[in-house]
Amino acid sequence: MITYFFVFLAVLAVASALAMVISKNTVNSALFLVLNMLSLAGLFLLLKAQFLAVIQILVYAGAIMVLFLFVIMLLNVQDEESLFNKFRLKYFVAFLLGVGVFSQIIYSLGSFTDTLPTVSSDMAYVGTVEAVGDVMFTEYLLPFELTAILLTAAVVGALIVAQHKIKSGATND
Amino acid sequence: MISIDWFLALSALLFCIGIIGVLIRKNAIVIFMCVELMLNAVNLSLISFSSHYGNIDGQILVFFALAVAAAEAVVGLAIIIAIFRNNLSVDINKVNLMRW
Repeated sequence: MITYFFVFLAVLAVASALAMVISKNTVNSALFLVLNMLSLAGLFLLLKAQFLAVIQILVYAGAIMVLFLFVIMLLNVQDEESLFNKFRLKYFVAFLLGVGVFSQIIYSLGSFTDTLPTVSSDMAYVGTVEAVGDVMFTEYLLPFELTAILLTAAVVGALIVAQHKIKSGATND
Repeated sequence: MISIDWFLALSALLFCIGIIGVLIRKNAIVIFMCVELMLNAVNLSLISFSSHYGNIDGQILVFFALAVAAAEAVVGLAIIIAIFRNNLSVDINKVNLMRW
């Protein structure tokens, strides 16, 4: 049963990732990325990481993708017409590089394939909110606070970058 | 139960789709979404290692990676808006101020 779920979610994740890369409309790309995030959240549930599955949906599919869609609709981006119309050397080289990296990872994975364990039995109570929070607020308290500072700095930086008035006539030719 | 290899292979596949997307697309927003996809692929492999070894530290690292991804998305989209204001396009081939 779990295997069927895994195959379903994995096929959904890969298909939505591919559709995101090759779809011409930017809004469609963003919505396919949301589908990809949701299937990854399902995979996290299969790995018994409940807290991170919920966080994945809340933060990624909820907050970050809404931000993306907001920017896409704010900028009113046109579709790319010439995405795959003509064959270019660039696409070929990019595809070759991607396949090269993939085969390297798979090759290095293949040499460890028998030494890796299956899902640990204490995982049923490791992935809960209680367990994650317990470790995060004791052992990892300082990085947690630093994350708060990082997010504040990001918000302030984004405000400064986005509201900065460009001087008139400053085109980059 | 599924062995960890399948999760790692899926993570590698998603990561490489992200790489190909970054390399072939011209729209800056789509490139940015491909970077998010690569971050997610790495998160998947971290969580699969964490749950297969029964150790919580991987999940904490994924939580911090999520926070960094949120910060990165905010700043990156602000930069994209600034670029769009400057030359009315998000096509990265037209952003050639620092290219010689």
